[in-house]
Amino acid sequence: MEIFGLVYQQVIEKAMFDVAKIRADFPILQRQINGKQLVYLDNAATSQKPVQVIRALTNYYENTNANIHRGIHTLSEEATIAYEGARETIARFIDAPETKSVIFTRNTTEAINLVMQTWGRQNIHEGDEIVLSAMEHHSNLVPWQMLAKDTGAKLVFMEVTATGELDMESAKNLIGPKTKLVSVTMMSNVLGTIVPVAELADLAHAHGALILVDGAQGVPHLPVSVQQLKCDFLVFSFHKMLGPTGVGVLWGRTELLQKMPPFMGGGDMIAAVWREKSRYNELPWKFEAGTPSIADVIASAAAIDYLQALGMSQVREHEIDLTSYALDRFAAFKHATIYGPLDSSKRGGVISFNLDGVHPHDLGHLLNDSGVAVRAGHHCCQPLMRDLDVSGTARVSFYIYNTKQEIDLFFQALEEAEKVMGNVALR
Amino acid sequence: MSLSDELYRETILDHYHNPRNQGEMDGATVEVEGVNPLCGDELTLFLDVAEGSIKDIKIKSRGCSINTASGSMMTELMAGLPLERAQELVDLFKFMMLNKDETVELPEEMEDLEALQGVKKYPVRIKCALLPWNTLLEGIETARESEAGKPVKGKTVSTE
Repeated sequence: MEIFGLVYQQVIEKAMFDVAKIRADFPILQRQINGKQLVYLDNAATSQKPVQVIRALTNYYENTNANIHRGIHTLSEEATIAYEGARETIARFIDAPETKSVIFTRNTTEAINLVMQTWGRQNIHEGDEIVLSAMEHHSNLVPWQMLAKDTGAKLVFMEVTATGELDMESAKNLIGPKTKLVSVTMMSNVLGTIVPVAELADLAHAHGALILVDGAQGVPHLPVSVQQLKCDFLVFSFHKMLGPTGVGVLWGRTELLQKMPPFMGGGDMIAAVWREKSRYNELPWKFEAGTPSIADVIASAAAIDYLQALGMSQVREHEIDLTSYALDRFAAFKHATIYGPLDSSKRGGVISFNLDGVHPHDLGHLLNDSGVAVRAGHHCCQPLMRDLDVSGTARVSFYIYNTKQEIDLFFQALEEAEKVMGNVALR
Repeated sequence: MSLSDELYRETILDHYHNPRNQGEMDGATVEVEGVNPLCGDELTLFLDVAEGSIKDIKIKSRGCSINTASGSMMTELMAGLPLERAQELVDLFKFMMLNKDETVELPEEMEDLEALQGVKKYPVRIKCALLPWNTLLEGIETARESEAGKPVKGKTVSTE
């Protein structure tokens, strides 16, 4: 009985997502904003960082700081081991078959531009089609516009249904023999929509095209396996998943990365250099010219350790729980319009909304008076804003440390904002 | 009591909910667009300029309360003014909004605009208040450079 009790206890502990314990790891959550408890609901823009990540940064600079890959002294060796160890941690986290296919970049945007400048310029030609969705972030739109302009390729857009889901009919109609690449978000940063990436991958591959998945929003919040997604490229950033700013990842299938030319030239990306020519380094360093953001890469692995200790499925469960709660409260809020799917199993913890007659910028300002941090504006998705026929939206987005009590504080602040702006006598 | 009650004063909300001189203008001699790319404020300014004076002024705006109210009050102030006087008042308003220390005395016709002094406490919102005025500056310049009676479009004004 004793043993059964112990095992039972462990099972319960694993199943319990202890938000109070998580919150204690995030010093910034103690901050007061305008005399109120900070309610941080801008996680889709960037997440907060736990002490474990902050300590990884200070520990690196206090004890290990050295340049990597080229020293023979102890510090350099330790720094190199920690940096390359982070690559292994990340490869396991996304279920990558090979560690060398994980390339460090500055952020998601740079990773997409890397693919555009190398694979894109090699493989996309006049008359080819690049398939995007109508809800892409500018970072997964503008690079392809640039490539299309230079090559004469064409951009085509999969539509979004009235309920905010990706229109699979339009996907089936658009992905065809002319398609060379499907580049699509895993989760919309505006609508929260989770995109059926594996289905799109099957469609793309059936026509000999590749698929790039923008995981900037998806990877921090969903369990991810590049093998299950069946994607050819996956890109994401760590600052939205508890890590520091300045580190992104490009994962690509090894045989594709091997065929791609280098992105930038310089130190570290070479095997041998002569006056007139160079022989390039192997994967992954071929794509990592210059001194990278070493401390931030190492701290990114600490962020992954933190998330894995919680379990990504539990992270997802927690966010479904918060999102359902917030959607229910929105439904009871008379003057609010929300965008995106209403079913929280089809969306991430991102809710864009507007209040009748209140500009989102005014709303963001007034919520800040109550200590509530939200995003307001076009969210780097101007074409989608035009489709929705709004100039912008306000947006709340949740993460592991958010609570229902904070959502209640948000709605209380929303009511106050409405009172200030709405004073109906003036309308 | 919200902190921003002072910001969202009755004058501002009144102009936001009932903006004056709102809409497009037939027969405008000058048309200029203004945008704040970061927050999404957008407006189109229409001027009817003849003999060096603003005969008529209209704004079509899609913006926040501060932006809309500021533009609305500006149109009330500017109608009928010679370009030179209009430019002086724009400069005065911008000085009021951008200098950190002094409280600026405004002439009587600009009294309502004092309500916007509250915005100074919120640096990110100052550009909302300034957009109509910067757009008008471009409109005034365009009017001066254009031939009389020939409608022209000014350069789009963008505030970062």
